[in-house]
Amino acid sequence: MSMVPTLLSVQNLSKSYGGVHAVRSVSFELRAGEILALIGPNGAGKSTCFDMLNGQNIPDSGRITLLGEDTVGRKPRAIWRLGVGRTFQITATFPTMTVRENVQVALVSYGRQLFNLWGSTAQFARNEAGRLLDLVGMGAYAGRPCGELAYGDLKRLELAIALANQPKLLLMDEPTAGMAPRERIELMRLTARIAREKSIGVLFTEHDMDVVFEHADRILVLNRGSLIAEGSPEEVRGNPQVRAIYLGEGLVYDARHREGAGA
Amino acid sequence: MRRRHLLGAGLAIAVAGMAGSAMAQSEIKIGEINSYSLLPAFTEPYRKGWQLAVEEVNAAGGINGKKLVVISKDDGGKPADAQTAANELVSSENVAMLAGTFLSNIGLAVSDFANQKKVFFLAAEPLTDAITWSKGNRYTFRLRPSNYMQAAMLVEEAAKLPAKRWATIAPNYEYGQSAVAVFKKLMSEKRPDIQWVDEQWPPQGKIDAGPVVQAVAAANPEAILNVTFGADLVKLVREGNTRGLFKGRSVVSFLTGEPEYLDPLKDETPEGWIVTGYPWYDIKTPDHDKFLKAYQAKFNDYPRLGSIVGYQTIKAAAAILAKANSTDPEKLIAATEGLSMPSPFGEITFRKIDHQSTLGAYVGKTALKDGKGVMVDSVYRKGADYLPSDAEVAKLRPKD
Amino acid sequence: MAFYFAQFLTGLASAASLFLVASGLSIIFGVTRIVNFAHGAFYMLGAYVAFTLTERFSGALGFWGGIVVAALVVAVVGVLVEMVLLRRIYHAPELFQLLATFGLTLMVQDIVVLIWGPDDLLGRRAPGFRGAVDFFGQNIPSYDLFLIALSPVVLGVLWLLFQRTRWGVLVRAATQDRDMVAALGVNQKWLFTSVFALGVFLAALGGALQIPRDAVHHALDLRIIVEVFVVVVIGGLGSIIGAFVAAVLVSELNAFGILIFPKISIILVFLVMAVVLIVRPWGLFGKPEAAARRTPGLTVTPWRPLAAGERWASLGALILAAMLPLFAGNYALTVGSEIAIYVIFAASLHFLMSVGGLASFGHAAYFGLGAYGVAFLAKAAGLPMIVSLLLGPVLGLLGAAVFGFFAVQLSGVYFAMLTLAFAQIVWSIAFQWVSVTGGDNGILGVWPDKWASSPANFYWLSLGIAALVVAVLRVIVFSPFGFALRATRDSPLRSEAVGINGKRVQWTAFVISGTAAGIGGALFAYLKGSVFPDSLGISLSVDALVMVLLGGVETVSGAVIGAIVFKAANIWLVSQTDLSKLVLGGFIVLMVVAFPKGIVGRLEAIWNRRRSSEDKKSALATSRVEVAE
Repeated sequence: MSMVPTLLSVQNLSKSYGGVHAVRSVSFELRAGEILALIGPNGAGKSTCFDMLNGQNIPDSGRITLLGEDTVGRKPRAIWRLGVGRTFQITATFPTMTVRENVQVALVSYGRQLFNLWGSTAQFARNEAGRLLDLVGMGAYAGRPCGELAYGDLKRLELAIALANQPKLLLMDEPTAGMAPRERIELMRLTARIAREKSIGVLFTEHDMDVVFEHADRILVLNRGSLIAEGSPEEVRGNPQVRAIYLGEGLVYDARHREGAGA
Repeated sequence: MRRRHLLGAGLAIAVAGMAGSAMAQSEIKIGEINSYSLLPAFTEPYRKGWQLAVEEVNAAGGINGKKLVVISKDDGGKPADAQTAANELVSSENVAMLAGTFLSNIGLAVSDFANQKKVFFLAAEPLTDAITWSKGNRYTFRLRPSNYMQAAMLVEEAAKLPAKRWATIAPNYEYGQSAVAVFKKLMSEKRPDIQWVDEQWPPQGKIDAGPVVQAVAAANPEAILNVTFGADLVKLVREGNTRGLFKGRSVVSFLTGEPEYLDPLKDETPEGWIVTGYPWYDIKTPDHDKFLKAYQAKFNDYPRLGSIVGYQTIKAAAAILAKANSTDPEKLIAATEGLSMPSPFGEITFRKIDHQSTLGAYVGKTALKDGKGVMVDSVYRKGADYLPSDAEVAKLRPKD
Repeated sequence: MAFYFAQFLTGLASAASLFLVASGLSIIFGVTRIVNFAHGAFYMLGAYVAFTLTERFSGALGFWGGIVVAALVVAVVGVLVEMVLLRRIYHAPELFQLLATFGLTLMVQDIVVLIWGPDDLLGRRAPGFRGAVDFFGQNIPSYDLFLIALSPVVLGVLWLLFQRTRWGVLVRAATQDRDMVAALGVNQKWLFTSVFALGVFLAALGGALQIPRDAVHHALDLRIIVEVFVVVVIGGLGSIIGAFVAAVLVSELNAFGILIFPKISIILVFLVMAVVLIVRPWGLFGKPEAAARRTPGLTVTPWRPLAAGERWASLGALILAAMLPLFAGNYALTVGSEIAIYVIFAASLHFLMSVGGLASFGHAAYFGLGAYGVAFLAKAAGLPMIVSLLLGPVLGLLGAAVFGFFAVQLSGVYFAMLTLAFAQIVWSIAFQWVSVTGGDNGILGVWPDKWASSPANFYWLSLGIAALVVAVLRVIVFSPFGFALRATRDSPLRSEAVGINGKRVQWTAFVISGTAAGIGGALFAYLKGSVFPDSLGISLSVDALVMVLLGGVETVSGAVIGAIVFKAANIWLVSQTDLSKLVLGGFIVLMVVAFPKGIVGRLEAIWNRRRSSEDKKSALATSRVEVAE
């Protein structure tokens, strides 16, 4: 385990808004190939934490080291260039393009051809785009307008886009939000498979405990901005503090119930 | 309601189309351009003026036996559109000459077009001095008394005033700027003792009159030069009256005596302003009487200055075409230079030296009569007396 | 001291009318997102109707009653416009409503002259408010005091309306999130209609209240509309209090500005707006706009390069156009050249607007800079035509580089207004710097060299350059850069997350677009032989918008058709009738109703529907395969 390099190291990350501590001295690490879930009730600071990692928000204090580089204050696009792919809670794609073109845009950017005024995008990395779409099971949809896709397909397309820069790390904000239960499992299995194959680290936030407990190698639990528990799914599930928090939301019961039903 | 107007417009198109197709060899065509849609208040009387002239010319046998036809185009107030219209008139309609225009920049644009395409152009109304002087060309003549002439006529009266502290209010564009510049220059020559204490430059058509009036009042001038006109003038006068700006101060004002600008002021017309203008009700010459009767008979309306200019433009064009007995531009130029003719204001001449006509203007004072603004004590000033010496003019105008 | 206080009050009085009109515009925009270009027309109608009523009915009741009734009458007209016209096009692409209201404005300008005649009309003074109040030797018109008192009253009434009534709550909710209100099951139709009525009422009231101080004439609308937009934007769109503060700010700056710089008025509001938008991109009281959600069902058909057949067809059309000199006369050729130049201009804006998603309201600036560039080079430096034509657009490029840098920091209507401000600043420099630009008398004598001077040769030159520019812009649309630009337009969030520097991409697009516009301007200077500040002016910028919208903003090259149709109709109508504005406005309104996606957009939609019915069959087959898996 110690041979596996640390992708992401977060130390004492803090952020407050008008005296309210959204995130309080959070520290954790993520290794290559590891799937790490960040959970917590609403308002626990997951999103703030996430936004600081991907450059959309600047922490008040603390360090974020991504692939050996300090990323505090860097723009999302600079963090992407370090090798970080990401997906959004509400999918963000390019609705006026075809599915393939969506991926090609990311590949254009990765190939540093953004200011190429003369080439033909249609031919640009067409094969590579096709390969990525095949990887997420969207190959058959390559020529379809993105705006026509069903939500689950959009999520898969987003994953393909996120993989375009051959990332070392995937940041996924509620990857299965808004999907049907069956689709959720499928998407996360796909993600996990890709992550293992390519040794990509994955950090995701999630509300669905089924997804979390089935796929995460490790779980971080945030409550009121602070990290209150960290460990394997079993450890976290057994943690009385976590149970206390989640009992309030009825999620633990819900999760077990559904887990049982799923099995 | 809307449908009716659309129908009307459609009819107008159809009629115009028919007029265009009715061509004949026995006609001489003049292409006329003006800002009819942008400035209807000034161009409607102008149009009536030239329509009357066309009728009179043709009733008197036309031009050496040929019927005079005027093809009129709207320029929408845009120089570029005026050139498109000029091009259409010259290229498609084969007009013998171009005439018209109101705004200075449009006059200049058409004049430049005329110079380039070697077409005779009789500028009717634009006031800018540039059209005959700094940007003058051999193809362009101008009828109306220029900015310089209006200024010189006003300065003659203004210099007699005891006032020593002067302020100016003028629209912030070339016309306003050059009117103020010429007035200041001529005035300072005659009265080296005067001081210019304030100047206000509201944007044309957008005067915020309250602050302007207040600012001028604060400078406490003894006299004010006004160059604003139209709706700006109305606002200025209203604010000035209410705030007492004109009380105890002399005001000298460009063009304000022209009915186009004076009439809208109605019972709020300020009294005692020294103005240039056109007191049609006070002119008792046979030339003018004849014009006035004919105009009133035809249109059941009184003439504005635009009517005089429109009328005389076509009268002059007819005289030129008759004398040249040709539509060749060079012959037209030769015929026009030095040509004298009668006008409602008396005889006028197109000067050879700068192609400016000697049409003059009336200078008088504003007064209120029966709730309406009028000019009183007005005297006709001949244009020829208010132009610089030939030597000076020669310096102002580029060599052909 | 008394003087400064009096000047302050005078500024407040000017602010009052500005505020009334601006608040109406702001309310309408906030709820319906309509950029109501016709707002000035309603203001003007208010003044005209009030003039008629107050002349007809004497006495204090006649006057004040006339003012209020006039505003109500015009509000009814507004309701009719909303129900008959605007309701049909709420789901059209953004800004399309601008086209409709622009058409209305044109019509109203001619209609008021037909009804009320061409002369300036002098309305009655307000009974009881004819005189002035003496304030330490300064005369302050009592009507000014009335206006000063009125605007806080209106502000208060509006505040109560929005805070204390259910309707007001809905309006505020709709201002913040339109979709949410629709989701709540509120009858959105009537909410929009009532909001529009209130906005128009305020505009007309503002106009009616001017009759004791102003002349009523047919250019009142243009005089106020731009300034009102500026006030609304400075204050922050949708913010009533913002409109109030901005109106006061602008009016006071003007009142005191002219004491120091008497020539400031012409440019002041635009300077203020530019500064405010650069410092506070959402205006003084505005909130950041939620990322514009694209109307669902819109533009699901991705763009594609021309297929081989279509390419041949385009080439054929070009060859056909090139044959015009074989049978057309000089006039038709010159008109043809002008249309070709407008095609360049429209295509340049189209590139920025539809590919970049950045609607510039001041695109004429770069067209005009190109034209002035040529004029300077040809007249001052005496360079030959080829050189001037190549270098002239560089001025457009430079202008676009400088202004674009600031403008792309904003988006949506704020971007539009900042570009407008820059264009107005350039315009007023050209207008005022007489020693260099000749002011409004322009620069004359910029005629083409001999080889290009014949109408046929100039036509071929213009046509060739137009074809080249359009082709190059198309290539760029489908280049990697074009995709980066569209990506930035479609989803700023996603494009940033795939490493695209959106601002830099947009800035580059702005420069490309400005340069293309400059090329059009350069040709225009030679076509007309002269350059005037008009070629930098608002009306030219609006023309460009109209051409793009008419062609179809969601198409790749719709502006080409938009430009040809609009310019040809325009030239023909101006030549044939003095009522060209009425007819052209009516034409635009009809086009808006008939082609809510623009001419080309509509044709494409029909074409795509045909294709997709074929596609559906194959799509069904695909999904069956998947199910089988």
